[in-house]
Amino acid sequence: MTDAHTPAAPKCPPSPAAAEAAGPSASAVGSATSTATTPVTEPAAGFATAATKVSDAHSPALASEPPIVSVRDLTVTFNPGKRPIKAVNGVDLVVRRGESIALIGESGSGKSVTLRSLLRLHSERRTVIGGQIDIAGHAVLSLSNRALADYRGRVASMIFQEPLLALDPVYTVGAQIIESIRRHEKISVADARKRALELFERVRIPSPERRLDAYPHEMSGGMRQRAMIALALACRPQVLLADEPTTALDATVQIQILLLLRELQRELGLAIIFVTHDMGAAVEVAERFAVMYAGRIVEEGPTREVMHNPRHPYTLALMQSRAHGAMAKGARLASIAGSPPDLAALPPGCAFAGRCVFAEPRCHEIQPDAVQLSELHRARCIRTDATAAGMPRIEPATV
Amino acid sequence: MFLYLLRRVIYTLPIMLGVAFLCFLLVHISPGDPLVSILPPDASIELQRQLMTLYGFDRSYFEQFVSWIWRALQGDLGTSIATGRPVADEVFRAVGNTLMLAGVATLIGFFFGSLFGFVAGYFRDSWVDRAASALSVLGVSVPHYWLGMVLVIIFSSWLMILPATGAGPGGSGAWVWDWAHVQYLILPAVTMSVIPMGIIARTVRALVADILAQEFVVGLKAKGMTDVGIFLHVVKNAAPTALAVMGLQLGYLLGGSILIETVFSWPGTGFLLNSAIFQRDLPLLQGTILVLAMFFVLLNLLVDVLQTTLDPRIQRS
Repeated sequence: MTDAHTPAAPKCPPSPAAAEAAGPSASAVGSATSTATTPVTEPAAGFATAATKVSDAHSPALASEPPIVSVRDLTVTFNPGKRPIKAVNGVDLVVRRGESIALIGESGSGKSVTLRSLLRLHSERRTVIGGQIDIAGHAVLSLSNRALADYRGRVASMIFQEPLLALDPVYTVGAQIIESIRRHEKISVADARKRALELFERVRIPSPERRLDAYPHEMSGGMRQRAMIALALACRPQVLLADEPTTALDATVQIQILLLLRELQRELGLAIIFVTHDMGAAVEVAERFAVMYAGRIVEEGPTREVMHNPRHPYTLALMQSRAHGAMAKGARLASIAGSPPDLAALPPGCAFAGRCVFAEPRCHEIQPDAVQLSELHRARCIRTDATAAGMPRIEPATV
Repeated sequence: MFLYLLRRVIYTLPIMLGVAFLCFLLVHISPGDPLVSILPPDASIELQRQLMTLYGFDRSYFEQFVSWIWRALQGDLGTSIATGRPVADEVFRAVGNTLMLAGVATLIGFFFGSLFGFVAGYFRDSWVDRAASALSVLGVSVPHYWLGMVLVIIFSSWLMILPATGAGPGGSGAWVWDWAHVQYLILPAVTMSVIPMGIIARTVRALVADILAQEFVVGLKAKGMTDVGIFLHVVKNAAPTALAVMGLQLGYLLGGSILIETVFSWPGTGFLLNSAIFQRDLPLLQGTILVLAMFFVLLNLLVDVLQTTLDPRIQRS
């Protein structure tokens, strides 16, 4: 892979300007949903053009290459025996080099569980994982303990939601990055520190030399998350797993972190899997959306296509329940009636059927197969047509 | 760091003064005439007066307190009524013996307590955990003088491999770190170590279980750390609290070993206190308590400073 830390790498515009540029694009996405009938081909929102640029730059050369992440029929069951909780029920996911994908869903949809399975972070004693995970040639589920430790952090690494909790409180941030580098490479402390300093400059931490010697609790939330990103990139991984990296941050810092992630992804050719329940955040980084519900990916496709033209009723309901710029003052925010299913007692049919406005008797009986809607767009639903047609009918309620 | 140390030391001064006042007060309001033990029953009033004046018991409590403190600051704790020797000499010889016993006992207790605690915390809810927890509960709740006597019966009386009482062939003053002396230390130290062992084991178990449940352990795994590497992080996170508990235990053992020192006739502070109480030797009693209390305060100071250097989250301001 390319050296991620060459000083010649292009420096990016300072973040305030970038944050400003992101503002209108985010609101453009918001308004785009309210006029959902616009043809998919229209080149409109700022995020979409950015996303197209990325795929243009990478796809011709990389289309033939095997995917860097390939997950097949992943199942994760907690607490096997007494009352098994089926957190993930057959997830298939393919991510190519340099591609970013967002796993979207509410709490308990299995998105974080899926992500953590990619590093096998679940307790071995209380979890049963089935299926297949291949990441950059590593069959993750059959790695020995030693090989697993070598793989973690070096091939794929993770950014956590709350860096204050995910960093060891009694070591300085610099020490933790140096430790990580020296865990995977034979390199002196001085050289590792030099690299940690470069990483801090790269994630644009001001006065990096001093910050290396700071403890996690001495930094602000945004700085901590930047340090966490530096830590995750310390061993030049190919795959970056981001577990709600902006949820714990306030709004202005969120944008900066998202822009940083997008920029690093492009410069380093990283594959990013980004877990979030915040679509506004997902839109900023992800070229592709995978919407999860009750441990399954119910709809998957290019960001723009899924946002503009959702074909699974759950995705549609999610889009409608967002607050966005076009909302009239005093209008009620649409919400999804009912509550998510009990993961210990999943229904035989579609898990969303109980809350779905398009559901028919058939939905409660059989598990719907994925319907291929376009080259990259799929939805697991037997009423995808009704969903597409039903959209304008529900729309007036939110405007 | 130096300023911080200075401030901490200054903070302890009022505590020390308060402690000194309390121990003076407690000794003086307790019933009993200090001179009864050395005066013959038929002593004349005249002689009684004379002795009262000699020891200063006829002055006001305030005067007595001030003069006692003033002389204590200069290293003079008065003269023992029972033996006529300087209290300071008696106390410091006893403190040395007790410090040795308590130190060894705390080290044994800390080592096994941490061992059991780590094992129990790592393998929580397994049979190892239950065994270690049972052992630590036993350690805290078993009567120590009883355990001491049982050990004496087994090792001194039946097996005859360890001496039962005393502090070595040369008496209390001539301690050397050789087997002839150390064998006297083993039984009392083991008996005494059972208390801190139980407490430290329970503390460390809770600490380790708590640390292992924290997100940063997942973070360490996610960056490829091995179990050994993660263990070192757990140790550093657990160390400040475990050391604080150990320091407090050492403090308790310094003063709270009357029973064990009596069972083993160990010439330490507990033994000294015991005899001072029975002989109504006020200067000796007062001096011993004061020195022990000062040790406790200093130990707390040491633990605080140590904790601050180990855990960066504790502010130095």
